[in-house]
Amino acid sequence: MAKEYETVIGLEVHVELATKTKIFCGCPTAFGGEPNTHTCPVCTGMPGSLPVLNKQVLEYAISVGIATNCEITRYGRFDRKNYFYPDNPQNYQISQLYLPICRNGGVEIETKEGGKKIVGIHEIHMEEDAGKLLHDDWENCSLVDYNRSGVPLIEIVSEPDMRNAEEVIAYLEKLRLIIQYLGVSDCKLQEGSMRADVNLSVREKGAASFGTRTEMKNLNSFKAIMRAIEGERERQIDLLEEGKEVIQETRRWDDVKGESYAMRSKEDAQDYRYFPDPDLVPIVVSDEMLEELKSRQPEFRTAKMARYREEYGIPDYDIEMITGTKRMADLFEETTALCGQPKKVSNWLMGETMRLMKEKDVDAEDLRFSPENLAKLIALVDSKAINGQSAKEVFEVMFEQDIEPERYVEEKGLKTVHDESALLKAVEEVLAGNPQSVADYRGGKEKALGFLVGQTMKAMKGKAEPGMVNRLLREKLSQPE
Amino acid sequence: MDILKMTAVELSAAIKDRKTTAVEAARASLERIAEKEEQYHCYLTIDRQGVLKQAEEVQMRIEKGELTGPLAGVPMAVKDNLCTAGMLTTCASRILENFVPPYSAEAVLRLQKAGAVMIGKTNMDEFAMGSTTETSAFGETKNPWNPAHVPGGSSGGSAAAVAAGECFYALGSDTGGSIRQPASFCGVVGMKPTYGTVSRYGLIAYGSSLDQIGPLAKDVTDCAAILESIAFHDEKDSTSIERHDTDFTLALSENVKGMRIGVPNDYFGEGLDEEVGDAVLRAAKRLEEKGAIVEKFDLSLVDYAIPAYYTIAAAEASSNLERFDGMKYGYRTKDYDGLHSLYKRTRSEGFGEEVKRRIMLGSFVLSSGYYDAYYLKALKVKALIKKAFDDAFSKYDVILGPAAPTTAPKLGESLADPIKMYLGDIYTIAVNLAGLPGISVPCGLDSAGLPIGLQLIGDCFQEKKLIRAAYTYEKARGAFPAADVGGGIAAGRKEGV
Amino acid sequence: MANIIDDDTIEYVSILAKLELSEEEREQAKKDMGRMLDYIDKLGELDTEGVEPMTHVFPVQNVFREDIVTNSDTREELLANAPEQRDGMFVVPKTV
Repeated sequence: MAKEYETVIGLEVHVELATKTKIFCGCPTAFGGEPNTHTCPVCTGMPGSLPVLNKQVLEYAISVGIATNCEITRYGRFDRKNYFYPDNPQNYQISQLYLPICRNGGVEIETKEGGKKIVGIHEIHMEEDAGKLLHDDWENCSLVDYNRSGVPLIEIVSEPDMRNAEEVIAYLEKLRLIIQYLGVSDCKLQEGSMRADVNLSVREKGAASFGTRTEMKNLNSFKAIMRAIEGERERQIDLLEEGKEVIQETRRWDDVKGESYAMRSKEDAQDYRYFPDPDLVPIVVSDEMLEELKSRQPEFRTAKMARYREEYGIPDYDIEMITGTKRMADLFEETTALCGQPKKVSNWLMGETMRLMKEKDVDAEDLRFSPENLAKLIALVDSKAINGQSAKEVFEVMFEQDIEPERYVEEKGLKTVHDESALLKAVEEVLAGNPQSVADYRGGKEKALGFLVGQTMKAMKGKAEPGMVNRLLREKLSQPE
Repeated sequence: MDILKMTAVELSAAIKDRKTTAVEAARASLERIAEKEEQYHCYLTIDRQGVLKQAEEVQMRIEKGELTGPLAGVPMAVKDNLCTAGMLTTCASRILENFVPPYSAEAVLRLQKAGAVMIGKTNMDEFAMGSTTETSAFGETKNPWNPAHVPGGSSGGSAAAVAAGECFYALGSDTGGSIRQPASFCGVVGMKPTYGTVSRYGLIAYGSSLDQIGPLAKDVTDCAAILESIAFHDEKDSTSIERHDTDFTLALSENVKGMRIGVPNDYFGEGLDEEVGDAVLRAAKRLEEKGAIVEKFDLSLVDYAIPAYYTIAAAEASSNLERFDGMKYGYRTKDYDGLHSLYKRTRSEGFGEEVKRRIMLGSFVLSSGYYDAYYLKALKVKALIKKAFDDAFSKYDVILGPAAPTTAPKLGESLADPIKMYLGDIYTIAVNLAGLPGISVPCGLDSAGLPIGLQLIGDCFQEKKLIRAAYTYEKARGAFPAADVGGGIAAGRKEGV
Repeated sequence: MANIIDDDTIEYVSILAKLELSEEEREQAKKDMGRMLDYIDKLGELDTEGVEPMTHVFPVQNVFREDIVTNSDTREELLANAPEQRDGMFVVPKTV
């Protein structure tokens, strides 16, 4: 009889912090610079340079710790992790091993069976990111760009509490939501501002101890994570079924081939010789600092949902969707504050916004339109200055480049025509040109009116107010011939 | 007027009094270099063209009244592990043979702001690992008192350059005695301040928790003036300490009345050369005559300082020197096959024997399974040593002893037996472990005519007490003979010393 | 000599330290390291039970920078010392 296996998964999640400068020097963290233009002696490992900690990094790390129910380490330090690699200019990475800033936390996730479960957080530590390597196959060399070297990261190490890919995704989504709400990072997997390494082992169901685990790297989408988990689970089970052993090692996931391979070589001893970095001094977190950071914690999703129900009276489904990202919730609240019409704001977000996000594959984090302009657009519709169709048209442009809707409407001449005589003229022309439809309507075919409205709108180039068109048509049609 | 006989402070005063100029002083130094450098090899880089230009500029600024400090216009030299913008900085290592930093060490910048004229970069033990300057990849420096002897190390080039009159003062760095021991061997004054007093930014690290920059100079007054210029709180160095008592020249007074001076019995045991011991005790006597209360005591743990030091320094060095890999700067091997081959060949060809020995030891003591037994143990012993000093300083203002167990050994005698060489650091090393300030002042010559150094150690942040004691002793001792750089035998006599 | 350093250990250490040793250097290194470790073993004589390892001598703590950009582009200076460079980047042996 085939054995039944259980998968045991723990995650190491790296999150790039949204600071303005790097963790140990005053270089910008902004994306998009020419190679090596965001560098200095410190982040390129020049001889004699020394690191000084960016205070914002510490505050962000502690904030994440508070939000994930961690104990905050009151006396912490940085350690050096020694390994040679060209993207690591000092050949050691400044990280935290012995006294990480946060420990023993956890977040609650929903399991696929609909239950709730706590995924424990073993620790959160601060560290520096490495540079980027570009590979030149033609010249058989690699090129090093240190712009990302020294960008601050936190690594969130979970307990091996997850049992399947769905739990892993739920955990990652929960972390992402918390971190985005904190404003500490945008957490984009594709762009690498959130990266997950998967530690996975299998054991026979009911076994008391864990099996040997492997660590998988290079997972840059939820899909890749799910596939890698499935692939690694099968690989390990196959090994065990064949009576072979799983080797504890680091493996790199190749999402194109759908398989992983071992990264270890003879020259990588994987003995990092951690020791306290003598160039940095200890971090002592005072009660005041901790209280201050606690008081700055934002309203998280659960609290926000409750408040929305109370305050805005919009449907639960809308609330669920809108609070799903910090950006969406911010847009909602800020726009509502400006126009005072939560339902209409919600409709725009739930309808057109989500439709366009899906169509154009845009993350909430990347939404460009401002609350001001959305509020203005709503006002334009309210005042009947433009009709619904035009509003959608304007919004689509706003979605791309956050244009000022009033000016756009003006420029494009989208304003509804309120001049009754002009409209009347169009109506008369339409009626004269479509005698069959007129006869149909008069003969009791209500549907014919729709056609006539459409024709009138067309004649008005869409700029008529549909209610008014309707009214005028009915008036005309009810008059004797 | 013989410019070269002046101290730095005297020279600067003479320049301000228009008795001489910065340019004349620079020329005098260059002439001495032209005469002697070939023999002593104090320098690795000499900025022959730049020196006079610098001197002219400084002279102009002195005349305009922009530079008024006690060191303005004085030619000086910088140890080659301190970065100097636009000037080769090699750490006396092949691996940095072509490295020209785009920035200067903060200590160098401070002196340049005070009107220093930088002649060049002095020789040293490779990456400051050594006690003789013989581990330099670019040839050894010779002791101006007797060229058959070493100048000490690792700041041997700096000490010898001052002793030979090839500059008026120099910067050195001290990780385990690297300023005080060569000062002692070369008959000059060398001072290591409290850890954190001088910014380490731009100092190419050896043992980061132990390294400290300090002056080598002709007398205590110069030392105090230099230290006052370079001591400051630097936001670029996290270990830099904010102090408000760095007006060290105020401590230049002949007054040790009631000062409690402890003489550790442990510093006068086995291995100490008798002549050295006698000279140091005579110096203690002088201070006693001046009103100090001199007392012998047991410091304890002295024998444990060296093994603790070598564990910690080697561990830190193994990590600090990882960045020298042939990727971003410095030497890259010509012949390699792939990444790891490039790393290994570059480093094997680029580092000398002593450096390799220490980085291998350092890698080992940090490696999995040994960290607790070696590295952590050494950090615990360091705590005990600090405690022993704390206890001593609860009773004494200053600790007095030799700077080194012997005078300068002959060239070629030391490197064969590393451990024996390490033992030469026995009196200086614990000071670095505990972060304390220490000063070495010449206190006599041995029968071979080689200088002997008196070491005074203070509690942290107590440089002023040290300076007061050293200054008082220096005045009581009287003029110390200079190395007879005219050649032949050193001109020292025991009389008057 | 109490500490015997074998070939495997020296091989391992030279991987960690990224050094390539000749046969002769390897033998010397084994001897030197063994002797140094014997010497360091002297620390074992001291009872350090309950002693806190001292990483920093002074109680300096919480040294921070504000999150303000202070550095400008100095790429040319950075690359001036590079053994090999191209397109504003360091050229290194292929890593994959």
